[in-house]
Amino acid sequence: MRTPLDRLRDGLLGVWSLGAVVFLFVPIFVIVLFSFNDNQGRFNFTWQGFTLRHWADPFGVEGLQQAFVTSLGLAALTTIIAVILGVCVALALVRHKWRGRGATGGLVFLPLATPEVVLGAALLGWFLTLGLIRGFVTLVIAHVMFTLGYVVITIRARLEGMDVHIEEAAMDLGANQWTTLRKITLPLLAPGIAAASLLCFAISIDDFVVSNFNAGQTVTFPLFVYGAARQGVPPQVNVLATAMLLFVVLLMFVNLGFQRRSARRQNREMETTPALGL
Amino acid sequence: MSESGEAAAPRGQAGGWLTLRRRNTLLPLALVIPGMLWLIIFYAIPIISQLWISLQTGNPDDGFAQTWNWAIYADSISEYSEQMLRSLQYAGTATIACFIIGFPLAYFMAFKAGRWRNLFLLLVILPFFTSLIVRTVAWQTILTDDSWITNALKTVGLVPQDGRLLATSFAVIAGITYNFLPFMVLPLYASLERMDRTLVEAATDLYASRWTAFRKITLPLAGPGIFAGVLLTFIPAIGDYINAQLLGTSQQYMIGNVIQSQYLVVREYPTAAALSFIMMVVVLLIIAVAARLIGTKRLSEAAVA
Repeated sequence: MRTPLDRLRDGLLGVWSLGAVVFLFVPIFVIVLFSFNDNQGRFNFTWQGFTLRHWADPFGVEGLQQAFVTSLGLAALTTIIAVILGVCVALALVRHKWRGRGATGGLVFLPLATPEVVLGAALLGWFLTLGLIRGFVTLVIAHVMFTLGYVVITIRARLEGMDVHIEEAAMDLGANQWTTLRKITLPLLAPGIAAASLLCFAISIDDFVVSNFNAGQTVTFPLFVYGAARQGVPPQVNVLATAMLLFVVLLMFVNLGFQRRSARRQNREMETTPALGL
Repeated sequence: MSESGEAAAPRGQAGGWLTLRRRNTLLPLALVIPGMLWLIIFYAIPIISQLWISLQTGNPDDGFAQTWNWAIYADSISEYSEQMLRSLQYAGTATIACFIIGFPLAYFMAFKAGRWRNLFLLLVILPFFTSLIVRTVAWQTILTDDSWITNALKTVGLVPQDGRLLATSFAVIAGITYNFLPFMVLPLYASLERMDRTLVEAATDLYASRWTAFRKITLPLAGPGIFAGVLLTFIPAIGDYINAQLLGTSQQYMIGNVIQSQYLVVREYPTAAALSFIMMVVVLLIIAVAARLIGTKRLSEAAVA
Protein backbone atom coordinates (compact mmCIF):
# COMPACT_ATOMS: atom_id res chain seq x y z
CA MET A 1 0.00 0.00 0.00
CA ARG A 2 2.94 2.31 0.64
CA THR A 3 3.63 4.34 -2.45
CA PRO A 4 7.07 5.88 -3.16
CA LEU A 5 5.47 9.22 -2.31
CA ASP A 6 4.58 7.95 1.18
CA ARG A 7 8.11 6.74 1.66
CA LEU A 8 9.49 10.09 0.55
CA ARG A 9 7.17 11.86 2.97
CA ASP A 10 8.20 9.61 5.88
CA GLY A 11 11.84 10.09 4.95
CA LEU A 12 11.49 13.87 4.95
CA LEU A 13 9.67 13.70 8.28
CA GLY A 14 12.50 11.66 9.75
CA VAL A 15 15.15 14.05 8.45
CA TRP A 16 13.23 17.06 9.80
CA SER A 17 12.84 15.40 13.22
CA LEU A 18 16.51 14.50 13.36
CA GLY A 19 17.28 18.12 12.47
CA ALA A 20 15.08 19.34 15.33
CA VAL A 21 16.88 17.08 17.80
CA VAL A 22 20.25 18.25 16.47
CA PHE A 23 19.05 21.83 17.01
CA LEU A 24 18.32 20.93 20.64
CA PHE A 25 21.77 19.46 21.04
CA VAL A 26 23.97 22.02 19.29
CA PRO A 27 24.53 24.15 22.42
CA ILE A 28 25.04 21.07 24.57
CA PHE A 29 27.70 19.87 22.15
CA VAL A 30 29.33 23.30 22.39
CA ILE A 31 29.20 23.21 26.22
CA VAL A 32 30.91 19.81 26.35
CA LEU A 33 33.45 20.72 23.66
CA PHE A 34 34.46 24.02 25.25
CA SER A 35 35.01 22.37 28.63
CA PHE A 36 38.14 20.96 26.94
CA ASN A 37 39.17 24.26 25.32
CA ASP A 38 42.70 25.43 26.06
CA ASN A 39 41.58 29.06 26.16
CA GLN A 40 43.98 31.90 26.77
CA GLY A 41 42.70 34.92 28.64
CA ARG A 42 39.20 35.47 29.94
CA PHE A 43 37.06 34.48 26.99
CA ASN A 44 36.05 30.98 26.00
CA PHE A 45 34.52 31.77 22.60
CA THR A 46 37.05 30.39 20.11
CA TRP A 47 38.57 26.94 19.99
CA GLN A 48 42.25 27.05 20.89
CA GLY A 49 43.22 23.42 21.40
CA PHE A 50 42.47 20.47 23.64
CA THR A 51 43.25 20.42 27.33
CA LEU A 52 42.13 18.54 30.44
CA ARG A 53 43.28 21.23 32.83
CA HIS A 54 39.76 22.56 33.56
CA TRP A 55 38.56 19.05 34.34
CA ALA A 56 41.52 18.59 36.67
CA ASP A 57 40.58 21.76 38.54
CA PRO A 58 36.78 22.25 38.22
CA PHE A 59 36.58 24.73 41.10
CA GLY A 60 39.61 26.78 40.11
CA VAL A 61 37.56 29.94 39.84
CA GLU A 62 36.84 32.31 42.69
CA GLY A 63 33.31 31.80 44.02
CA LEU A 64 32.29 28.94 41.74
CA GLN A 65 32.54 26.21 44.36
CA GLN A 66 30.56 28.28 46.87
CA ALA A 67 27.84 28.92 44.26
CA PHE A 68 27.67 25.27 43.26
CA VAL A 69 27.42 24.06 46.87
CA THR A 70 24.72 26.67 47.56
CA SER A 71 22.72 25.43 44.56
CA LEU A 72 23.00 21.80 45.65
CA GLY A 73 21.89 22.62 49.19
CA LEU A 74 19.06 24.82 47.98
CA ALA A 75 17.82 22.16 45.56
CA ALA A 76 18.01 19.42 48.22
CA LEU A 77 16.16 21.42 50.86
CA THR A 78 13.57 22.60 48.31
CA THR A 79 12.98 19.02 47.16
CA ILE A 80 12.47 17.68 50.69
CA ILE A 81 9.96 20.39 51.66
CA ALA A 82 8.11 20.49 48.33
CA VAL A 83 7.78 16.70 48.09
CA ILE A 84 6.40 16.37 51.64
CA LEU A 85 3.91 19.21 51.12
CA GLY A 86 3.08 18.03 47.59
CA VAL A 87 2.40 14.39 48.54
CA CYS A 88 -0.01 15.56 51.26
CA VAL A 89 -1.87 17.88 48.86
CA ALA A 90 -2.04 15.19 46.17
CA LEU A 91 -3.39 12.62 48.64
CA ALA A 92 -6.10 15.04 49.74
CA LEU A 93 -7.00 15.89 46.14
CA VAL A 94 -7.26 12.29 44.93
CA ARG A 95 -8.28 10.22 47.94
CA HIS A 96 -10.74 12.55 49.64
CA LYS A 97 -13.85 14.42 48.62
CA TRP A 98 -14.22 17.85 50.19
CA ARG A 99 -15.46 21.31 49.41
CA GLY A 100 -12.85 23.55 47.84
CA ARG A 101 -11.12 20.72 46.01
CA GLY A 102 -11.55 22.42 42.64
CA ALA A 103 -10.25 25.76 43.90
CA THR A 104 -7.24 24.03 45.46
CA GLY A 105 -6.46 22.28 42.19
CA GLY A 106 -6.59 25.67 40.46
CA LEU A 107 -4.30 27.32 42.99
CA VAL A 108 -1.79 24.51 42.56
CA PHE A 109 -1.89 24.88 38.78
CA LEU A 110 -1.64 28.69 38.61
CA PRO A 111 2.03 29.19 39.55
CA LEU A 112 2.98 26.85 36.70
CA ALA A 113 1.11 29.10 34.28
CA THR A 114 2.61 32.34 35.60
CA PRO A 115 5.61 33.82 33.80
CA GLU A 116 8.68 33.42 35.98
CA VAL A 117 9.43 37.12 35.91
CA VAL A 118 6.03 37.79 37.52
CA LEU A 119 6.66 35.11 40.16
CA GLY A 120 10.03 36.62 40.98
CA ALA A 121 8.89 40.24 40.93
CA ALA A 122 5.75 39.62 42.99
CA LEU A 123 7.66 37.72 45.64
CA LEU A 124 10.36 40.39 45.80
CA GLY A 125 7.71 43.09 46.20
CA TRP A 126 6.13 41.06 49.01
CA PHE A 127 9.46 40.49 50.79
CA LEU A 128 10.21 44.22 50.49
CA THR A 129 6.80 45.03 51.97
CA LEU A 130 7.40 42.61 54.84
CA GLY A 131 10.92 43.97 55.29
CA LEU A 132 12.50 40.50 55.01
CA ILE A 133 16.22 40.39 54.25
CA ARG A 134 16.70 38.36 51.11
CA GLY A 135 19.09 35.42 51.14
CA PHE A 136 19.15 31.62 51.34
CA VAL A 137 15.89 31.42 53.31
CA THR A 138 13.90 33.53 50.83
CA LEU A 139 15.36 31.38 48.04
CA VAL A 140 14.06 28.21 49.71
CA ILE A 141 10.63 29.85 50.18
CA ALA A 142 10.54 30.88 46.52
CA HIS A 143 11.75 27.54 45.15
CA VAL A 144 9.23 25.53 47.19
CA MET A 145 6.50 27.86 45.92
CA PHE A 146 7.18 27.25 42.22
CA THR A 147 8.11 23.54 42.43
CA LEU A 148 5.13 22.48 44.57
CA GLY A 149 2.74 22.36 41.60
CA TYR A 150 5.04 20.03 39.65
CA VAL A 151 5.20 17.66 42.63
CA VAL A 152 1.42 17.63 43.10
CA ILE A 153 0.80 16.95 39.41
CA THR A 154 3.35 14.12 39.22
CA ILE A 155 2.10 12.45 42.41
CA ARG A 156 -1.55 12.96 41.49
CA ALA A 157 -1.06 11.22 38.15
CA ARG A 158 0.53 8.27 39.91
CA LEU A 159 -2.21 8.13 42.58
CA GLU A 160 -4.96 8.21 39.99
CA GLY A 161 -3.34 5.27 38.20
CA MET A 162 -3.17 3.25 41.44
CA ASP A 163 -5.74 0.60 42.37
CA VAL A 164 -7.80 1.96 45.30
CA HIS A 165 -8.93 -1.58 46.09
CA ILE A 166 -5.54 -2.49 47.52
CA GLU A 167 -5.85 0.29 50.08
CA GLU A 168 -9.46 -0.66 50.78
CA ALA A 169 -8.45 -4.28 51.24
CA ALA A 170 -5.85 -3.26 53.82
CA MET A 171 -8.43 -1.27 55.72
CA ASP A 172 -10.98 -4.07 55.50
CA LEU A 173 -8.35 -6.33 57.06
CA GLY A 174 -8.18 -3.99 60.02
CA ALA A 175 -5.32 -1.66 59.15
CA ASN A 176 -5.98 1.91 60.22
CA GLN A 177 -5.47 4.83 57.87
CA TRP A 178 -1.95 5.54 59.10
CA THR A 179 -0.82 1.92 58.71
CA THR A 180 -2.41 1.74 55.26
CA LEU A 181 -0.61 4.91 54.23
CA ARG A 182 2.72 3.65 55.55
CA LYS A 183 2.54 0.04 54.34
CA ILE A 184 0.51 0.30 51.14
CA THR A 185 0.10 3.77 49.70
CA LEU A 186 3.59 5.19 50.16
CA PRO A 187 5.47 2.08 48.90
CA LEU A 188 3.23 1.97 45.82
CA LEU A 189 3.80 5.69 45.39
CA ALA A 190 7.59 5.38 45.61
CA PRO A 191 8.31 5.60 41.85
CA GLY A 192 6.12 8.71 41.65
CA ILE A 193 7.90 10.25 44.61
CA ALA A 194 11.26 9.48 43.00
CA ALA A 195 10.17 11.08 39.72
CA ALA A 196 8.77 14.14 41.50
CA SER A 197 11.97 14.53 43.53
CA LEU A 198 14.16 14.38 40.44
CA LEU A 199 11.97 16.90 38.63
CA CYS A 200 11.89 19.21 41.65
CA PHE A 201 15.66 19.03 42.10
CA ALA A 202 16.29 19.69 38.42
CA ILE A 203 13.95 22.70 38.29
CA SER A 204 15.37 24.19 41.47
CA ILE A 205 19.02 23.80 40.55
CA ASP A 206 18.40 25.35 37.13
CA ASP A 207 16.29 28.29 38.27
CA PHE A 208 17.61 31.68 37.33
CA VAL A 209 14.75 34.18 37.06
CA VAL A 210 13.06 33.83 40.45
CA SER A 211 16.46 33.51 42.15
CA ASN A 212 17.67 36.63 40.35
CA PHE A 213 14.96 38.60 42.13
CA ASN A 214 15.10 36.98 45.56
CA ALA A 215 18.70 35.93 46.22
CA GLY A 216 19.97 39.07 47.91
CA GLN A 217 23.72 38.55 48.36
CA THR A 218 23.47 34.77 47.96
CA VAL A 219 24.94 33.39 44.72
CA THR A 220 23.64 30.18 43.13
CA PHE A 221 25.23 28.38 40.19
CA PRO A 222 22.96 29.97 37.51
CA LEU A 223 23.42 33.39 39.11
CA PHE A 224 27.19 32.89 39.06
CA VAL A 225 27.13 32.02 35.35
CA TYR A 226 24.93 35.02 34.56
CA GLY A 227 27.23 37.34 36.52
CA ALA A 228 30.25 35.88 34.76
CA ALA A 229 28.64 36.17 31.31
CA ARG A 230 29.62 39.82 31.03
CA GLN A 231 33.32 39.20 31.54
CA GLY A 232 33.43 35.78 29.88
CA VAL A 233 32.23 32.52 31.40
CA PRO A 234 35.15 30.41 32.66
CA PRO A 235 35.47 26.89 31.14
CA GLN A 236 35.04 25.41 34.61
CA VAL A 237 31.34 26.25 34.27
CA ASN A 238 31.24 24.02 31.18
CA VAL A 239 32.96 21.27 33.16
CA LEU A 240 30.33 21.39 35.91
CA ALA A 241 27.43 21.57 33.43
CA THR A 242 28.82 18.55 31.56
CA ALA A 243 29.35 16.64 34.79
CA MET A 244 25.76 17.33 35.88
CA LEU A 245 24.45 16.11 32.54
CA LEU A 246 26.54 12.94 32.76
CA PHE A 247 25.20 12.33 36.26
CA VAL A 248 21.58 12.61 35.05
CA VAL A 249 22.22 10.28 32.10
CA LEU A 250 23.78 7.79 34.52
CA LEU A 251 20.73 8.05 36.82
CA MET A 252 18.44 7.40 33.86
CA PHE A 253 20.36 4.27 32.88
CA VAL A 254 20.26 2.98 36.47
CA ASN A 255 16.52 3.66 36.57
CA LEU A 256 16.05 1.88 33.23
CA GLY A 257 17.99 -1.10 34.58
CA PHE A 258 15.75 -1.25 37.64
CA GLN A 259 12.62 -1.07 35.53
CA ARG A 260 13.83 -3.83 33.22
CA ARG A 261 14.72 -6.03 36.19
CA SER A 262 11.42 -5.58 37.95
CA ALA A 263 9.56 -6.18 34.68
CA ARG A 264 11.50 -9.42 34.22
CA ARG A 265 10.81 -10.46 37.79
CA GLN A 266 7.13 -9.81 37.33
CA ASN A 267 7.12 -11.88 34.16
CA ARG A 268 8.81 -14.74 35.96
CA GLU A 269 6.31 -14.64 38.79
CA MET A 270 3.48 -14.62 36.31
CA GLU A 271 4.89 -17.75 34.68
CA THR A 272 5.32 -19.71 37.89
CA THR A 273 2.05 -18.64 39.49
CA PRO A 274 -0.30 -17.96 36.62
CA ALA A 275 -3.36 -17.87 38.84
CA LEU A 276 -1.98 -15.07 40.98
CA GLY A 277 -0.76 -13.28 37.93
CA LEU A 278 -4.31 -12.55 37.01
CA MET B 1 -22.47 8.30 66.84
CA SER B 2 -23.45 9.18 63.32
CA GLU B 3 -24.77 6.72 60.81
CA SER B 4 -21.79 6.84 58.53
CA GLY B 5 -19.50 6.26 61.48
CA GLU B 6 -21.57 3.18 62.38
CA ALA B 7 -21.44 1.82 58.85
CA ALA B 8 -17.70 2.25 58.49
CA ALA B 9 -16.95 1.12 62.03
CA PRO B 10 -15.10 -2.10 61.16
CA ARG B 11 -12.53 -0.05 59.26
CA GLY B 12 -11.78 2.60 61.78
CA GLN B 13 -10.04 1.12 64.78
CA ALA B 14 -7.61 3.87 65.69
CA GLY B 15 -8.35 7.44 66.67
CA GLY B 16 -11.31 6.58 68.83
CA TRP B 17 -11.78 10.09 70.12
CA LEU B 18 -12.95 11.34 66.75
CA THR B 19 -15.87 9.96 64.84
CA LEU B 20 -15.04 8.77 61.37
CA ARG B 21 -17.05 11.50 59.74
CA ARG B 22 -15.21 14.18 61.66
CA ARG B 23 -11.92 12.53 60.78
CA ASN B 24 -12.86 12.34 57.13
CA THR B 25 -13.45 16.06 57.00
CA LEU B 26 -10.46 16.99 59.12
CA LEU B 27 -7.92 14.71 57.46
CA PRO B 28 -7.98 16.26 53.97
CA LEU B 29 -7.84 19.70 55.55
CA ALA B 30 -4.81 18.73 57.61
CA LEU B 31 -3.15 17.34 54.48
CA VAL B 32 -3.90 20.37 52.38
CA ILE B 33 -3.37 23.28 54.75
CA PRO B 34 0.46 23.43 54.88
CA GLY B 35 0.86 23.34 51.11
CA MET B 36 -2.02 25.72 50.47
CA LEU B 37 -0.81 28.19 53.09
CA TRP B 38 2.55 28.21 51.35
CA LEU B 39 0.92 29.01 48.02
CA ILE B 40 -1.42 31.61 49.49
CA ILE B 41 1.30 33.44 51.44
CA PHE B 42 4.05 33.20 48.85
CA TYR B 43 2.08 33.18 45.59
CA ALA B 44 -1.47 34.56 45.80
CA ILE B 45 -0.87 37.42 48.24
CA PRO B 46 2.37 38.56 46.54
CA ILE B 47 0.62 38.64 43.14
CA ILE B 48 -2.24 40.72 44.55
CA SER B 49 0.13 42.93 46.55
CA GLN B 50 1.71 43.97 43.25
CA LEU B 51 -1.39 46.10 42.72
CA TRP B 52 -0.93 47.73 46.16
CA ILE B 53 2.77 48.44 45.53
CA SER B 54 2.12 49.79 42.04
CA LEU B 55 -0.13 52.55 43.39
CA GLN B 56 2.49 53.90 45.78
CA THR B 57 4.76 56.87 45.11
CA GLY B 58 8.11 57.75 46.58
CA ASN B 59 11.73 56.86 46.07
CA PRO B 60 13.96 54.04 47.31
CA ASP B 61 15.85 56.25 49.76
CA ASP B 62 12.95 57.91 51.59
CA GLY B 63 10.54 55.02 51.18
CA PHE B 64 7.25 54.64 49.38
CA ALA B 65 3.80 55.70 50.58
CA GLN B 66 0.37 54.68 49.35
CA THR B 67 -1.08 57.48 47.22
CA TRP B 68 -3.48 55.50 45.01
CA ASN B 69 -1.59 56.72 41.99
CA TRP B 70 -3.68 55.03 39.29
CA ALA B 71 -1.99 57.16 36.65
CA ILE B 72 1.01 54.83 36.91
CA TYR B 73 -0.81 52.37 34.64
CA ALA B 74 -1.32 54.81 31.79
CA ASP B 75 2.19 56.19 32.32
CA SER B 76 4.01 52.86 32.27
CA ILE B 77 1.99 51.55 29.33
CA SER B 78 2.81 54.61 27.23
CA GLU B 79 6.43 54.67 28.35
CA TYR B 80 7.12 50.98 27.72
CA SER B 81 4.70 50.25 24.87
CA GLU B 82 7.67 49.56 22.61
CA GLN B 83 8.98 46.77 24.86
CA MET B 84 5.46 45.40 25.34
CA LEU B 85 4.82 45.15 21.62
CA ARG B 86 8.26 43.66 21.12
CA SER B 87 7.53 41.01 23.77
CA LEU B 88 4.31 40.03 22.00
CA GLN B 89 6.05 40.00 18.65
CA TYR B 90 9.10 37.97 19.76
CA ALA B 91 7.03 35.52 21.81
CA GLY B 92 4.54 35.12 18.94
CA THR B 93 7.24 34.55 16.33
CA ALA B 94 9.08 32.10 18.59
CA THR B 95 5.85 30.18 19.30
CA ILE B 96 5.14 29.83 15.57
CA ALA B 97 8.74 28.73 14.97
CA CYS B 98 8.44 26.18 17.81
CA PHE B 99 5.26 24.81 16.25
CA ILE B 100 6.81 24.54 12.79
CA ILE B 101 9.86 22.76 14.17
CA GLY B 102 8.01 20.82 16.86
CA PHE B 103 4.86 19.46 15.23
CA PRO B 104 6.63 17.24 12.66
CA LEU B 105 8.96 16.04 15.41
CA ALA B 106 6.05 15.16 17.73
CA TYR B 107 4.20 13.48 14.85
CA PHE B 108 7.28 11.50 13.95
CA MET B 109 7.80 10.41 17.57
CA ALA B 110 4.17 9.39 18.02
CA PHE B 111 3.65 7.45 14.78
CA LYS B 112 6.84 6.76 12.88
CA ALA B 113 9.70 6.41 15.33
CA GLY B 114 8.89 2.79 16.28
CA ARG B 115 11.52 1.42 18.62
CA TRP B 116 13.41 4.75 18.52
CA ARG B 117 10.49 6.53 20.17
CA ASN B 118 11.81 6.41 23.73
CA LEU B 119 15.25 7.50 22.58
CA PHE B 120 13.76 10.55 20.85
CA LEU B 121 11.67 11.34 23.92
CA LEU B 122 14.78 11.14 26.08
CA LEU B 123 16.67 13.41 23.67
CA VAL B 124 13.87 16.01 23.81
CA ILE B 125 13.90 16.00 27.63
CA LEU B 126 17.66 15.80 28.13
CA PRO B 127 18.47 19.48 27.39
CA PHE B 128 16.39 20.35 30.48
CA PHE B 129 19.13 18.81 32.56
CA THR B 130 21.78 21.23 31.44
CA SER B 131 21.55 24.68 32.92
CA LEU B 132 19.44 27.03 30.79
CA ILE B 133 21.82 29.91 31.43
CA VAL B 134 24.82 27.84 30.35
CA ARG B 135 22.99 26.77 27.18
CA THR B 136 22.11 30.37 26.37
CA VAL B 137 25.73 31.39 26.89
CA ALA B 138 26.64 28.55 24.51
CA TRP B 139 24.44 30.24 21.89
CA GLN B 140 26.64 33.32 22.34
CA THR B 141 29.58 31.14 21.36
CA ILE B 142 27.69 29.74 18.38
CA LEU B 143 26.39 33.08 17.06
CA THR B 144 29.41 35.23 17.90
CA ASP B 145 30.87 37.39 15.12
CA ASP B 146 33.66 35.08 14.05
CA SER B 147 32.05 31.68 14.63
CA TRP B 148 32.01 29.16 11.79
CA ILE B 149 28.23 29.33 11.52
CA THR B 150 28.25 33.12 11.11
CA ASN B 151 31.04 32.84 8.56
CA ALA B 152 29.24 30.04 6.70
CA LEU B 153 26.05 32.13 6.49
CA LYS B 154 28.11 35.07 5.26
CA THR B 155 29.69 32.90 2.58
CA VAL B 156 26.33 31.77 1.19
CA GLY B 157 25.05 35.33 1.44
CA LEU B 158 22.31 34.82 4.04
CA VAL B 159 24.07 37.28 6.30
CA PRO B 160 25.62 40.41 4.75
CA GLN B 161 29.43 40.62 4.87
CA ASP B 162 29.39 43.36 7.49
CA GLY B 163 26.35 41.89 9.27
CA ARG B 164 26.23 39.94 12.47
CA LEU B 165 24.02 37.34 14.15
CA LEU B 166 24.66 38.04 17.81
CA ALA B 167 22.96 41.12 19.26
CA THR B 168 20.11 41.05 16.72
CA SER B 169 16.38 40.32 16.94
CA PHE B 170 17.10 37.10 15.08
CA ALA B 171 19.43 35.89 17.84
CA VAL B 172 16.90 36.67 20.57
CA ILE B 173 13.99 34.98 18.77
CA ALA B 174 16.19 31.98 17.93
CA GLY B 175 17.21 31.75 21.58
CA ILE B 176 13.61 31.85 22.79
CA THR B 177 12.62 29.27 20.18
CA TYR B 178 15.42 27.04 21.34
CA ASN B 179 14.67 27.44 25.05
CA PHE B 180 10.97 26.64 24.79
CA LEU B 181 10.88 24.04 21.99
CA PRO B 182 10.49 21.07 24.39
CA PHE B 183 7.48 22.81 26.00
CA MET B 184 5.82 22.70 22.58
CA VAL B 185 6.90 19.19 21.61
CA LEU B 186 5.91 17.32 24.78
CA PRO B 187 2.17 18.24 24.92
CA LEU B 188 1.88 17.78 21.14
CA TYR B 189 3.45 14.35 21.45
CA ALA B 190 1.22 13.41 24.39
CA SER B 191 -1.99 14.29 22.55
CA LEU B 192 -0.93 12.60 19.30
CA GLU B 193 0.27 9.48 21.08
CA ARG B 194 -3.08 9.09 22.86
CA MET B 195 -4.92 9.33 19.56
CA ASP B 196 -6.78 6.35 18.16
CA ARG B 197 -5.00 5.67 14.87
CA THR B 198 -7.76 3.41 13.60
CA LEU B 199 -9.83 6.56 13.01
CA VAL B 200 -7.33 7.67 10.38
CA GLU B 201 -7.40 4.19 8.83
CA ALA B 202 -11.19 4.33 8.78
CA ALA B 203 -11.06 7.70 7.04
CA THR B 204 -8.63 6.55 4.37
CA ASP B 205 -10.61 3.33 3.91
CA LEU B 206 -13.57 5.55 3.20
CA TYR B 207 -11.54 7.21 0.44
CA ALA B 208 -10.40 10.31 2.28
CA SER B 209 -7.01 11.39 0.97
CA ARG B 210 -4.09 11.37 3.43
CA TRP B 211 -4.22 15.14 3.56
CA THR B 212 -7.96 15.20 4.23
CA ALA B 213 -7.60 12.56 6.94
CA PHE B 214 -4.81 14.59 8.53
CA ARG B 215 -6.84 17.78 8.37
CA LYS B 216 -10.16 16.32 9.52
CA ILE B 217 -9.02 13.67 12.00
CA THR B 218 -5.46 14.15 13.24
CA LEU B 219 -5.43 17.92 13.66
CA PRO B 220 -8.75 18.21 15.55
CA LEU B 221 -7.79 15.33 17.85
CA ALA B 222 -4.44 17.00 18.52
CA GLY B 223 -6.29 20.25 19.27
CA PRO B 224 -5.90 20.29 23.07
CA GLY B 225 -2.22 19.40 22.69
CA ILE B 226 -1.71 22.24 20.20
CA PHE B 227 -3.46 24.64 22.55
CA ALA B 228 -1.43 23.49 25.53
CA GLY B 229 1.82 23.61 23.56
CA VAL B 230 1.12 27.13 22.31
CA LEU B 231 0.27 28.35 25.84
CA LEU B 232 3.24 26.60 27.45
CA THR B 233 5.53 28.23 24.90
CA PHE B 234 3.96 31.65 24.57
CA ILE B 235 3.39 32.43 28.27
CA PRO B 236 6.95 31.83 29.49
CA ALA B 237 8.32 33.40 26.30
CA ILE B 238 6.44 36.65 26.84
CA GLY B 239 8.08 37.10 30.26
CA ASP B 240 11.56 35.98 29.22
CA TYR B 241 14.46 38.38 29.64
CA ILE B 242 17.45 36.05 29.62
CA ASN B 243 17.66 35.75 25.85
CA ALA B 244 17.31 39.48 25.23
CA GLN B 245 19.92 40.10 27.91
CA LEU B 246 22.50 37.56 26.73
CA LEU B 247 21.86 37.42 22.97
CA GLY B 248 20.56 40.94 22.29
CA THR B 249 21.20 44.54 23.19
CA SER B 250 18.98 47.20 24.75
CA GLN B 251 17.50 47.50 21.23
CA GLN B 252 16.02 44.01 21.76
CA TYR B 253 14.90 44.43 25.37
CA MET B 254 11.53 42.92 26.23
CA ILE B 255 9.11 43.77 29.02
CA GLY B 256 10.82 41.25 31.31
CA ASN B 257 14.07 43.22 31.03
CA VAL B 258 12.22 46.37 32.04
CA ILE B 259 10.63 44.72 35.10
CA GLN B 260 13.98 43.26 36.11
CA SER B 261 15.90 46.52 35.84
CA GLN B 262 13.12 48.61 37.40
CA TYR B 263 13.05 46.28 40.41
CA LEU B 264 16.73 45.41 40.80
CA VAL B 265 18.69 48.28 39.26
CA VAL B 266 16.65 51.51 39.26
CA ARG B 267 14.50 50.38 42.21
CA GLU B 268 11.42 52.10 40.78
CA TYR B 269 9.20 49.55 42.53
CA PRO B 270 5.77 50.99 41.60
CA THR B 271 6.54 50.97 37.85
CA ALA B 272 7.95 47.44 38.04
CA ALA B 273 4.95 46.23 40.05
CA ALA B 274 2.52 47.87 37.60
CA LEU B 275 4.21 46.22 34.61
CA SER B 276 4.30 42.81 36.23
CA PHE B 277 0.65 43.17 37.33
CA ILE B 278 -0.34 44.03 33.75
CA MET B 279 1.53 40.99 32.50
CA MET B 280 -0.24 38.75 35.01
CA VAL B 281 -3.64 40.09 33.98
CA VAL B 282 -2.83 39.54 30.29
CA VAL B 283 -1.68 35.98 30.99
CA LEU B 284 -4.79 35.21 33.06
CA LEU B 285 -6.96 36.53 30.24
CA ILE B 286 -5.17 34.31 27.73
CA ILE B 287 -5.63 31.27 29.97
CA ALA B 288 -9.29 32.11 30.60
CA VAL B 289 -9.99 32.42 26.87
CA ALA B 290 -8.19 29.15 26.18
CA ALA B 291 -10.05 27.39 28.98
CA ARG B 292 -13.31 28.79 27.65
CA LEU B 293 -12.55 27.56 24.14
CA ILE B 294 -11.55 24.01 24.91
CA GLY B 295 -12.51 23.46 28.57
CA THR B 296 -10.42 23.64 31.73
CA LYS B 297 -10.17 19.91 32.19
CA ARG B 298 -8.96 19.14 28.69
CA LEU B 299 -6.55 22.05 28.81
CA SER B 300 -4.92 21.08 32.10
CA GLU B 301 -4.85 17.42 31.07
CA ALA B 302 -3.10 18.25 27.83
CA ALA B 303 -0.72 20.64 29.55
CA VAL B 304 0.26 18.18 32.21
CA ALA B 305 0.43 14.88 30.36
